Amino acid sequence: MVETPAAVTPAKATSTAAVLGRKEDGAMLGVSRSSRYIAHVILILGIVIVAFPIYYTFVASTHTLQTILRPPLPLIPGDQFFENYSEALFGGVGRIGGVAVSTLLFNTMVVALAIAIGKIIISILSAYAIVFFRFPFRMVFFWVIFITLMLPVEVRIMPTYKVMSDLGLIDTYTGLTLPLMASATATLLFRQFFLTIPGELVEAARVDGAGPYRFFKDILLPLSRTNIAALFVILFIYGWTQYLWPLLMTNRNDMNTIVIALKKMISFADADTQWHLVMVTSMLAIIPPILVVLLMQRWFVRGLVDTEK
Amino acid sequence: MATVDLKDVRKVYAGGVEAVKGVSIDIPDKALCVLVGPSGCGKSTLLRMIAGLETISSGTVSIDGKVVNTVGPTERDIAMVFQNYALYPHMKVYDNMAYGLRNRGTPKDEIDRRVRDTAKTLELAHLLDRRPRELSGGQRQRVAMGRAIVRNPKVFLFDEPLSNLDAKLRGQMRVEIKNLQRSLGVTSVYVTHDQLEAMTLADVLVVMNGGLVEQAGAPLDIYEKPASTFVASFIGAPPMNLIALSGNALPEGTKLVAPVPPSAATLGFRPEDVELADAVHDAADGMDLEAQVEAVEPVGAESFLYSATGGGRIVVRVPGRAIAQPGDRLRVLVPVDKLHWFDQAGKRVS
Repeated sequence: MVETPAAVTPAKATSTAAVLGRKEDGAMLGVSRSSRYIAHVILILGIVIVAFPIYYTFVASTHTLQTILRPPLPLIPGDQFFENYSEALFGGVGRIGGVAVSTLLFNTMVVALAIAIGKIIISILSAYAIVFFRFPFRMVFFWVIFITLMLPVEVRIMPTYKVMSDLGLIDTYTGLTLPLMASATATLLFRQFFLTIPGELVEAARVDGAGPYRFFKDILLPLSRTNIAALFVILFIYGWTQYLWPLLMTNRNDMNTIVIALKKMISFADADTQWHLVMVTSMLAIIPPILVVLLMQRWFVRGLVDTEK
Repeated sequence: MATVDLKDVRKVYAGGVEAVKGVSIDIPDKALCVLVGPSGCGKSTLLRMIAGLETISSGTVSIDGKVVNTVGPTERDIAMVFQNYALYPHMKVYDNMAYGLRNRGTPKDEIDRRVRDTAKTLELAHLLDRRPRELSGGQRQRVAMGRAIVRNPKVFLFDEPLSNLDAKLRGQMRVEIKNLQRSLGVTSVYVTHDQLEAMTLADVLVVMNGGLVEQAGAPLDIYEKPASTFVASFIGAPPMNLIALSGNALPEGTKLVAPVPPSAATLGFRPEDVELADAVHDAADGMDLEAQVEAVEPVGAESFLYSATGGGRIVVRVPGRAIAQPGDRLRVLVPVDKLHWFDQAGKRVS
């Protein structure tokens, strides 16, 4: 019993010295050089696997239709970049009634922005009401919102379609976005965040003469900034990649979103499909979400990890 | 520049819990009133009712002679300092202080002048561009004070403002709050559970327990003449020694020259009113109690002897280093005029 601590102490001392020694070598967290190389090899492999199909799509988008249809497809970009992109963006694609991809991009942008912004506005306001106000049936409303979590668009798609078509909203931006706006997830997220705001802060604002509107504008909104940014990124991509609902809601080619148009461009008969334009459209379809993620990255990460309190 | 009068104020929560059971206090103009009591005694609820953050179930709260029961916190013209400061985390110190004034529509140059004046008084001038998270605890506390002062309200309300500071800073801020309150001459209500803070700050001390006022008055009056065993054991550190009497008879090993008051059930004496018997003091004209030392707590300027007697455990305070050791037998002498008697209900017997 007496010997045990004496035996432990020197062992501890050596291991501490070893860690310190390694730190002097420059490796962080005591990770050895070889394991860092292995980690990098794995990371690079992963990136290659993920990025290669995208690169291959880009390569295909710069060749003529004939080159694409005659395998194998070259691994380096061709010389048709400007021709293909300008044809798709401004000339129009035959299989979707000659609608230009720029129109599709605009449609999709409107839909994604409307869904993201609409969802944020509606959910932040409903969360504000549920958390900070005492009104009759408050919890009933909360549960009703909560239950809609179990009823995504796909489940209620028939009645929703009926309502929208009766209202004459087929082939309109309203019809494309409105049913997707009410969001239980975003409301719950804001509710959870609002619940972490200390009661004293609310009371301090009341003593300082801030009414409900001022409190929302001056205190709640600035505090929710990072949450809003994170949610915006998620919801923008959600809106951008919508498939089923736009497919139902649009008949006219010039009201299609880019994802739907892409589907329509591909025919069962291989020769019938303008593959070079399909590839161009695919490339153009992934650029805006990537931009949104890149530009909002800083806010996005902050929104997910801290709440700045 | 206002009086605060509470008349039979009650607070009953929706669940039927009565947090405040009828409290009446008159706070004179420019006075600092401290509400002190253990957790859950209703002191914070009472403060929040004065602030208008909590509805008043019955009774009236008046500020400056006007009943404000139904007036919102903004219109009551009060300022409050919260326990966790409640600074707006996204605003700079300047904006934190200016926010209340802006909401009242004060002209911009006037806001600027008042914020800068206040910041100077509180030595915050160099911090105006910082955000709360870049400040230390003490600085945040000052900003919270500044936010209250800058509005120049009728009444200051403090909700345990020093409980998040370390002991040294707490002592400093206590003196500062006292000086500030005196120089500004603003009527204040201060809630704390720390009896030392209560004793040192208060002009009017209100000891609360179980939603009721146990005793109200000047701090030293309360200290010298506690109205109940609760007050006796709450005010003073270490608290008053209380010895239960068995049917009007003193416990074994206790001698008393004076008669025991007929209705007395408990005997009390302060640890500092005790003298240890030696050759000189042997023939005491007060109470003479035998005790055995169980533990000694030297704190430098004084020492506390925790001792067992026939009537229970007592604390004895002796100046300087303690000569006694655990296990030693003591004879404890208390002068007659330093004895406090309490009846069966715990009320003081005069």
